Amino acid sequence: MSEYINESNRTLLDRVKGKLKEFGLPRLIITAFLLLMFIIAPFTGANFWTQITNVINRFSWNAVLVLAMVPMVHSGCGLNFGLPVGIIAGLLGATLSIEWGFTGPMSFVMAILIATPFALVFGLAYGWLLNKIKGGEMMIATYVGFSVVSFFCMMWLVLPYKKPDMAWGFEGTGLRTTFPIDKYYGGVLANFLRIQIGRLVIPTGALLFFALLALAMWAFLHTKTGTAMTAVGSNATFARAAGINVDRIRMLSVVMSTWLAAVGILVYEQGFGFVQLYNAPFYMALPAVSAILIGGASANKASITNVIIGTILFQGMVTMTPTVMNGLINLDISEVLRVIVSNGMILYALTRKSEAVR
Amino acid sequence: MSNQAPLLEMKNIKKSFFGNQVLEDINLTLGEGEVLGLVGENGAGKSTLMKLLFGMTEIRDTGGYEGDVLINGEKVSFNSPFDALAAGIGMVHQEFSLIPGFTATENILLNREPQRKSVASEIFGDRLDTLDRKEMDRRAEDAIEKMGVHIEGDMVISDMPVGHKQFTEIARELSKEQLRLLILDEPTAVLTEREAQALLDSIRGMSKRGIAVIFITHRLQEILDVCDKIVVMRDGVLIKDVPAAETSIPEITRWMVGRNVSGAGNAHREPPETPTVMSIRRLWVDMPGETVRDVNLEVRQGEILGIGGLAGQGKLGIPNGIMGLYPAGGTVTLDGQEIPLNNPRKCLDCQLAFVSEHRRGVGLLMDESLEWNVAFPAMQVHDRFLKPLLGGLIKWRDEKAIREVTDRYIEELQIKCTSTKQKAKELSGGNQQKVCLAKAFALEPKFLFVSEPTRGIDVGAKALVMEALEKLNRESGITIVMISSELEELRQICDRIAIVSGGRIAGILPATEPSEAFGELMVSSVV
Amino acid sequence: MNENKPSASKRALNFLGNNAVPIMFIIIIAICIPIAGFSPTFLLNEIVTRLSRNAFLILSLLIPIMAGMGLNFGMTLGAMAAEIALILTSDWQIWGIPGIVLAMIMSIPISALLGLICGRILNAAKGREMITSYIISFFMNGVYQLVVLYMMGSIIPIVHTNIKLPRGYGVRASVDLTRIRKCLDNVWSINIAGVKVPLLTLLIIALMCLVIVWFRRTKLGQDMRAVGQDMDVARAAGIDVEGTRIISIVISTVLAGIGMVIYLQNMGDMATYSSHSQIGMFCIAALLVGGASVDRASIGNVFLGVILFHTMFILAPSAGAVIAGNEVIGEYFRVFVSYGVITVALVMYETKKRRAKAGMGAQLAAAQQEGDKR
Repeated sequence: MSEYINESNRTLLDRVKGKLKEFGLPRLIITAFLLLMFIIAPFTGANFWTQITNVINRFSWNAVLVLAMVPMVHSGCGLNFGLPVGIIAGLLGATLSIEWGFTGPMSFVMAILIATPFALVFGLAYGWLLNKIKGGEMMIATYVGFSVVSFFCMMWLVLPYKKPDMAWGFEGTGLRTTFPIDKYYGGVLANFLRIQIGRLVIPTGALLFFALLALAMWAFLHTKTGTAMTAVGSNATFARAAGINVDRIRMLSVVMSTWLAAVGILVYEQGFGFVQLYNAPFYMALPAVSAILIGGASANKASITNVIIGTILFQGMVTMTPTVMNGLINLDISEVLRVIVSNGMILYALTRKSEAVR
Repeated sequence: MSNQAPLLEMKNIKKSFFGNQVLEDINLTLGEGEVLGLVGENGAGKSTLMKLLFGMTEIRDTGGYEGDVLINGEKVSFNSPFDALAAGIGMVHQEFSLIPGFTATENILLNREPQRKSVASEIFGDRLDTLDRKEMDRRAEDAIEKMGVHIEGDMVISDMPVGHKQFTEIARELSKEQLRLLILDEPTAVLTEREAQALLDSIRGMSKRGIAVIFITHRLQEILDVCDKIVVMRDGVLIKDVPAAETSIPEITRWMVGRNVSGAGNAHREPPETPTVMSIRRLWVDMPGETVRDVNLEVRQGEILGIGGLAGQGKLGIPNGIMGLYPAGGTVTLDGQEIPLNNPRKCLDCQLAFVSEHRRGVGLLMDESLEWNVAFPAMQVHDRFLKPLLGGLIKWRDEKAIREVTDRYIEELQIKCTSTKQKAKELSGGNQQKVCLAKAFALEPKFLFVSEPTRGIDVGAKALVMEALEKLNRESGITIVMISSELEELRQICDRIAIVSGGRIAGILPATEPSEAFGELMVSSVV
Repeated sequence: MNENKPSASKRALNFLGNNAVPIMFIIIIAICIPIAGFSPTFLLNEIVTRLSRNAFLILSLLIPIMAGMGLNFGMTLGAMAAEIALILTSDWQIWGIPGIVLAMIMSIPISALLGLICGRILNAAKGREMITSYIISFFMNGVYQLVVLYMMGSIIPIVHTNIKLPRGYGVRASVDLTRIRKCLDNVWSINIAGVKVPLLTLLIIALMCLVIVWFRRTKLGQDMRAVGQDMDVARAAGIDVEGTRIISIVISTVLAGIGMVIYLQNMGDMATYSSHSQIGMFCIAALLVGGASVDRASIGNVFLGVILFHTMFILAPSAGAVIAGNEVIGEYFRVFVSYGVITVALVMYETKKRRAKAGMGAQLAAAQQEGDKR
C-alpha cells in the first residue's frame, strides 16, 4: 500500500516536472511576469478592469493574425515570416472595398470578399515558391514578405485610387499612409453585442468572429485533409509513403495562412480604427510569430490553445508593461522590453535542437 | 622496441551493445607489413571490431569493451580516433571524408598543413601562420608516390571520379609519417576493375614498406590475391584465421554463411506453383547506397519471396523504388496491370503496402499517437475511419473507429504500450516495428513488401513479427516480399529467396537450398 | 563518359545564369542613366563617395560566407558597437582623426563581445544561421536601445546636452558628427577631372582587401573554408569547428564595426536609433548585386556590387520622377530592388542545393540504355 502511494507520488511529481519542462522556461518567465504585472497594477493607480479591457481588446485585434500561423506550422512550412503577403491581400481588399463605395458593416464583408481572390493568387504563388525551396522556408519567407510589401509601396502610389478619404487630395496621386475608417468598418465587430459592465468592456463581436475562425480551424484539423496536413508537418516522408501529395498539402496550408492573414489585418484595422499602408506591414509578422511561440508552439507543432494563450500573454505584456512601468518608476521601457522579449522568444525556438530537423 | 612482439595483438575482445553481444572472444595478431583480409556477412562484427581498434567514440559511449589491444606488445586504450592516429593506425572509411571544394593536396594534408610563421602569427597565435603551399605539394606528392597510384594533386575533389576520391583518402593516411597499420573498409566497392587492380598493387607496395594492412571487402578474389592471411567472422565470432595460400573462395564462403543447422530451411511446405502476381521488368532505382540496376523478377501469387544480399548491393532499393520513394524506371505489373512508378499513391491504390526498413524516418510519425500511426495510411488511401458529415462534403475523423482498430492490432501483435494515445517515439524498437506492421495490415493489402522487419529488435519481438507475417500469408493468402540481410531469417519463413548482388538479381533459389549456395550468389558480382 | 565538354552556347548560357543579377542591374542602370540625366562628373563623384563609404562594411561579410555561415545579417551588431563608440567619443569631445581612431579602437571590444554571443547562438542553430542571425540583429537592437535610451546618461556618464535627451538620460535621436565629418576622406584627397578621390579611405579599403587575401592563405582561413564546406569532415580531421565558426563571426562583427565608423565619418551625422538597422540589408543586397551567392563571394563581387547597387540608388529617385512623375516612387523602387535581389539570391541558392541532389537517376537510365546497345 505504502509502495503504491510512493509510486503515485513520484509520478505526480514527475508529471508536474514534465509539464513544466514542456512549458519551457521562457514561457514560465513571461507568464510569471504578466501575473506580477496584474498584481502590481492596482498599486500603481491603474484600474484593474481597464487593464483587463485593454488586454481583451488587443487580443481581439491580433488573435486572427496569430491564428494565421497555424496551418503553415502544421504542414511543416515553419513559422510564417511571410505573413505580410497575406496582409497585402487584406489591404487590397480594404482599399478596394472603400474605393467602390461600400460603407458600414457591408464594407467589412466586401473587404473580405475582395481580399479572398488576392489571397488565393498570392498564396498559390507564395506556396509554389516555398515548395521549390523546402528547408529554407523561413529566411525566404521573410524576404518574400519584404519584397511584396516594398512592391506595394510603389503600387499604393501608382494605383488610381480616387476616394478622398484615402487618397492624397491635392494631387490625386496615391493613397495616404494612414487613414481612419470610422465611416467604414471601424469597430464593426467590436461594437456588435458589445458588453459593458462598469469599466470592463468586452468586444463580443470581435471575440465571436475569432472564435468562429478558430472553430473552423479546429474542425479542419479533424478532417481527412487536416489530418494529412498535420502528418506532413510531423514527418513529410511518412506522409509521402502513405500516398499524400506533400506539395499540394503544403500549398493548401500556405493559401490558408495567407487568407487568414488577409482577414486578420482587416480585423486588426476594425479594432484599431485605421488602415495603415506603405511600410506598416513590414514587421507585422514578428509579433505574430513570437506570440504563437510564447503560447507554447514550436516550429512544427501548434494548436488553437497555443494561439489563445500566446496572444493573451503577448498582448498582455504589451499593454500592461507601459502602464505599470510608468506608474512604478516613471520610466517607460515597455517598447524595448517588447522587442527583446519577442525576438528572444523566436531565438529560443530557433536554437532548440529538438525542433531543428525537418 | 622489442622486435619480438607483433605490431598488433587483440586478446579476448568482447563487446556488447545494450546487452546484445556483438563480439565474442576475438583473438588476432598482425605483424609488420602483413596484409590481413577480414571477411564476413554484414553484421558479423567486422565494423565494430575496426571501430574499436580505431578508438571511435561510439564504442566508449556504449560502455567500452572487454579484452586488450596491444601495439608492439604494449597495452593501449584509445579514447578517440586521434589517439589511434598518434599510435600509427590509419583508417579509410566507406563514406568519403573529404572536403568537396578542396584539391587532393589540400585534402591529403587537411589540418596537418605545413606552415610558415609570420609577424601576425607571432602576435595572434599559430592559426595565423600562412600555409606553405610548396611544402604541401611536396608532401602530397610523396604520399601519392608512396601509394603508387597516380592522382592529380591540384584536382578539386568534386571534379574527381569516385575512384580518385578513394585514392585521395588512402594518400591522406599514407602522408602520416607515423602510419604503421592501415585499415581499408571496402575500398574497392567504388573502384573500376583497373583501379581496384592498382589498389591491390598499392597494398602490396605498402606491405613491402612495412605497413600492415587490414583489408575488408566482399570481393573474395581480391582477398586471395593480396592478403597474407584471412580472418573470417560470423555473428561476432572469429570463425577462421588461415593463411591465404591454404584456402579457396568456396571454403571462405562456407565459413561466412555456414550455420550449424545445415539446410533446415523452410520445410513446412512446397513452394506454391501459382501464377505470377507481380512481374518486375528492367527496374532501376536511384536509392543512394542501394542502387538497383536492371532487375527482372516474378513474384508468385500467395508466396513469401525473400530478397537477400549484402548491404549496399541494392536489395533495399527494389521495394523503395517500386513504392515510389526513390526515383525509379522500368515496368512493374500487378495482376497484369501496370503500376505507375514514382507515385506512392498509385501503388497504395493498387492495394500494395510497404513496411519500410527506415522505421523512424519513413515508417512512423514519431511525435504522434499510436492511433494516428496505425490508421493514417488507411484513412488517406481507402477513406476508412472517417465519418461523412453534411452529406459527404466533410470527411470527419472517426476517433472511435481509429481507437478500435488500434486496440485490435495492439492485442493481435502484442504491442506493449500504455494506451492507444501514447506517442510512437516512446515505444521500444520492437514495438515500433509492430506498429509499422499494424499500419500496413490496416491497409488490408493484397501484396506486402516488408523491408528488414527484424533489424535492431530483440529476439522475442523478432519471433512475433515473423509469426505475424507468416500468419498473414497463410491465413489471408497475402503475397509477401520480405527483404532482409539475415539469410537464416529468410530461410525460416520464405518459400523462395532471390539474392541481389551488384544491383542485379544474382539468382533465385528455393529456401531449402543450403546456405552456401546463397553465400556464393551473394558475392558473385559484388560492386 | 565525362569527356564531352559543354558547348560554347551552353557555357554562355551558364555564364548568363550564374551572373543573372549583375547583368540585370547593368541593364536597369543603362536604361536609367539617360532618363535621370545626371552629368558624368556628378555620377562619378557620387559613385566614388559611396564606394569609399560602403566598401569596408561589405568586406566584413566575406569571412562568414567563407566559413559556410551564409550572409551575416548579424553585421548590424558591429554597426551598433561603432555607434556606441561614436556616441562616447563625441561626448568626450574627441574629434578629427583622433576621434575616428579612438572610436574604431573602442568599437573593437564591444563588437568582439557581441560577435562572440552571436557566434555561440549560431552554433546552436546550425543550418539556420541566416534566419537566426537576422533575428539576433532584431534582438540586439532591443538591447542596444536599452543601453542607449535608458542607461546612457543614467549609468554610463553622458555630459553634453546636445547629445543627451532633455529628460536627463538617453541619447537624442540624432548625434551630430560634423566635427569628424570626412576627416578621413579629406586626408590625401585629390581631384581628378572634377572627381574627388579620398585616397586615404580607399587605401584603407585596399589594405583590407590585401588582409583578406592574406587571410585566405593562413591556417585559420584554410580551416574556415574546410568548416564551411563540410563540418563533419573538418571535425573528423581535428579542426575545432565551433571555435572556428565563432571566430569568423567575431572577425566579421569587428570589421563591420570599423566599417561603420568609416561610414558615419563620411555621413557626418548619425541617426542613433535607425542608422544600423538598414545597413545590414543594403550591404547584403550590394554584395549580392555584385554576383555573390550565399556560399560564394569574392572581393570582386564587393566592388562590382557597390558600384552597381549604388549607381542604381543614385539614379532611381530621378528616374522615378521622370517616369512616374514622383520622386518617392524611385525611393520605394530601390528598396524593392534591394529586397528583391536578396530574395532572388536566396531562392537561387536553395534551388541549386536541391538540384545538386537530383540527377543521378537519369545517369542510371542512360547506363541501362547503353547496356542495351552493347
